[in-house]
Amino acid sequence: MAITGLPGGRAASVPLMGHETEPTMFELSVAGRSAAQLRTTGVPTRSLVDMVGAAHVKDEPVALSDLSERDLVGHFTRLSHRQFSVDLGAYPLGSCTMKYNPKFCDAVAADPALNGVHPGAPATLTQGWLELLVDLEEKLCAITGMAAATLQPAAGAAGELTGLLLMRAYHASRGEDRRRVIIPDSAHGTNPASVTLGGYEVTTVPSNERGLVDLEALRGALGPDVAGIMLTNPNTVGLFEEEITEIATAVHDAGGLLYYDGANLNAIVGVVRPGDMGFDIVHMNLHKTFATPHGGGGPGAGPVAVSARLADFLPGPKATRVADGTFDWVAPAQSIGRVHGWHGNAMVLARALAYIDVHGGDGLTRVAQHAVLNANWLRRRLADTLPAAYDRPCMHEAVLSATALKAATGVRGLDVAKALLDEGFHSPTVYFPLIVDEALMFEPTETESPQTLEALAQAVERIVARADTEADELHHSPHHTPVSRVDEARAARHLIATEDAAAR
Amino acid sequence: MADYLPHTDEEVHDMLDFLGLDSLEHLFAHIPAAVRLSGGLDIEPGLSEPDVAAIFAGYGEANAARANAMTCFAGAGAYDHEVPAVVKALGSRSEFVTAYTPYQPEVAQGVLQAIFEYQTLISRLAGLPIANASLYDGATALVEALNMAGGATKRSRMYVSAGVHPHWRAVARTFAAGTGHEIVEVPLVDGLTQWGSVDTSDAAAIVAAYPNYLGVVEDLSDARALASAAGGLFIVAGDPVAAGVLKSAGDWGADVFLGEGQPFGTPLAFGGPYLGLFACTMDQVRRLPGRIVGETLDSNGRRSFVTTLRAREQDIRREKATSNVCTNQTLMAVTAAIQLGWLGTSGLRDVATRCAEGAHYLFDAVTAIEGVEAVSSQAFLREFALRLPRRASDVIADMAASGVLAGVAASTLAPAGDPSLEGIENVLLVAVTEKRTRVELDAYADLLRKAVA
Repeated sequence: MAITGLPGGRAASVPLMGHETEPTMFELSVAGRSAAQLRTTGVPTRSLVDMVGAAHVKDEPVALSDLSERDLVGHFTRLSHRQFSVDLGAYPLGSCTMKYNPKFCDAVAADPALNGVHPGAPATLTQGWLELLVDLEEKLCAITGMAAATLQPAAGAAGELTGLLLMRAYHASRGEDRRRVIIPDSAHGTNPASVTLGGYEVTTVPSNERGLVDLEALRGALGPDVAGIMLTNPNTVGLFEEEITEIATAVHDAGGLLYYDGANLNAIVGVVRPGDMGFDIVHMNLHKTFATPHGGGGPGAGPVAVSARLADFLPGPKATRVADGTFDWVAPAQSIGRVHGWHGNAMVLARALAYIDVHGGDGLTRVAQHAVLNANWLRRRLADTLPAAYDRPCMHEAVLSATALKAATGVRGLDVAKALLDEGFHSPTVYFPLIVDEALMFEPTETESPQTLEALAQAVERIVARADTEADELHHSPHHTPVSRVDEARAARHLIATEDAAAR
Repeated sequence: MADYLPHTDEEVHDMLDFLGLDSLEHLFAHIPAAVRLSGGLDIEPGLSEPDVAAIFAGYGEANAARANAMTCFAGAGAYDHEVPAVVKALGSRSEFVTAYTPYQPEVAQGVLQAIFEYQTLISRLAGLPIANASLYDGATALVEALNMAGGATKRSRMYVSAGVHPHWRAVARTFAAGTGHEIVEVPLVDGLTQWGSVDTSDAAAIVAAYPNYLGVVEDLSDARALASAAGGLFIVAGDPVAAGVLKSAGDWGADVFLGEGQPFGTPLAFGGPYLGLFACTMDQVRRLPGRIVGETLDSNGRRSFVTTLRAREQDIRREKATSNVCTNQTLMAVTAAIQLGWLGTSGLRDVATRCAEGAHYLFDAVTAIEGVEAVSSQAFLREFALRLPRRASDVIADMAASGVLAGVAASTLAPAGDPSLEGIENVLLVAVTEKRTRVELDAYADLLRKAVA
């Protein structure tokens, strides 16, 4: 075919990333320097001891880092040059949906008419924000096929725990004490951690040889003490749970609820709705599907949408359209309470709504189609190099396995992932899901071009071709990144988590 | 129709051809027809960016309390501090904004080192030896601290001062439904926590606020002594700006410091994303929630940074993890490090001092108004609570008409019936930052005088 791996698909500037070790801001500090410039207020000065009493005043101010503005800019700019990002190059990190983050959405969020609004200002003075939140809730409900949603949870894991507390409140309202939540063995680690914090016990069900939930095992695990099941669909192996209707029926027949982990919603947005699959509770990671930037590890947002029978339990107060067409904060009748200090990660919510509005219903469907197209193309393209863990059509992620490569050459999945960094690509997710040996989970996302995918495939081919003769070099890759492999064991053994612990 | 997809129609055709498929829909052929959506989403077609910008301008215009339209005296955990151009510029660098969790340290030294510097700054402000890489916000940081105390003591009763922000206490109650913790709120009288009013001998945690949400700076010695007597953790929910001049949580003997980091470079942002601060003693490090960055060496002996003590975390430990947190608020943590680098030692002290000077100047002016009283007679730093002769929400509405956001009505934070505040409908929380000028403070007092006349 005509697609070639043109330059530019990879992060061509990787060899230029900062190789010099950067001093810390404390090492750059010179006592007496300062960059701060504060407003001239004309307010009379007063002594702190007068104001708060000597018992409370610190003898010496806390030593921070004293820098000129120029040095501050130099330091953080040099640090930024030691950092890979979506803007720099392809980031096929499976499970994380590292798609391009439209600059437009950042611009929307930078508007002081939105980001300069105090969260404690009354509803009458913040009608625009309340309307924005209501509009977003309605659109998220349309996307998920649910009746109502809370926008408070700050990330996916917070959404999961919120969902489990909703499950708990629902069962309690029916006078039922259910103790267990079922999770497939392929689930994200946040799922079992959230179940414990939700006050439930985890029951794990195995996957079958096709990488899907084993329906018979699930039926065997169900019982009157099961509160529900948490599922990711498509699952973390990148496959659609084709028996979802049978799963939903079995869980509902046992009186349980179905929780949808929205980590993989990008694969099905506009194609399948969790509500139509029988799910009762759905969390969405807006920083994945709706392209809000990941920020080096947050902020995200994890709204939770629910079916009608759970709507009264949602966290509150919620932005609500009231009778006269204005907006107010209203607590659902049997609300579980607040799950965030204010109203959720509002600026992330605004970015997601802007993304939804630009795409519209038609554009969101194309997002899923192209995400799945890219993943399947990459899976097929690499079939002879690194086979897929399950040889069948995948959704938005291609989970490949380096088992054969390792057996033949000793080169592991981790080595391939690290060597890709030298090739100018971010690594895929490695060793997850846990049920796949030597897993390499590629999620190209819909925003990478065919040329980038071809360049990525060629890079993987080059690495695998080197495995026979250059295994040792691959074990020690990457070689051209700002630092080489780091000693993680040393970091844990001699914990140095602050400059002061380093005691230079 | 607008999107950010690169594929041409010809490329889509070629790629489908490579897969042996006729159409994009065929990619989903293995999904049972019964659950597939027919007819597409019930969402309007896509719009161009300028068209969406016009919609968002409408949302903005409907916010009467937007920045530049109103002078902000609202606080209650969210403060209108200076965020200079240099902090905005560095904090919006796309290398920080569009990266994810530093799973590959070889290409993530930028974020990792910035977090290491952030951890150092928060540790120093807390007066405690270790801080994590951030949590969602102050409220959820409180929940994590209570979970830590539950794990450390194998007890479930948490004694929380009613001086802790009402929303944070509400969040703690919500999550206690899952953990089985019992949250016992210890009331305030004249702004001071009545620790002597309860038996705390079975405490997993004693939680004090410093300053508390009414602005009062409480002596924490009694609370510390009760925690020691009970063998529970002493947890201080502190204002990080106050930490620039007041005794640190560590000075008061805290086991855990937590707080809301929004004042360090994050805009008001209608409440989020903010920044959950968390620091503790080394005794509790194995129970520390969330990510921790540690220093190490690379294979060439160069200083490097990496996420460490990973065995605590959900993706390794699963149902036995110390917390379920995964994505946190890294960008806000990096921004906080930049803002604190801009402020420096003297700058943070100046900000805290100027906030206090402005607050005391305004307090003197408004408490001289007939009918306006201080809720507490105790010392405060940068915010205070007033009891007005009218409903606080009505006064806020009146003053808003003159372009001043007078504060936060206490009744909107704490539901009616909070035993710590009589006549809560008339209580107004007022905060002053280093941005407020004497002219603005004088104008505030004049407007309040008219509003209560």
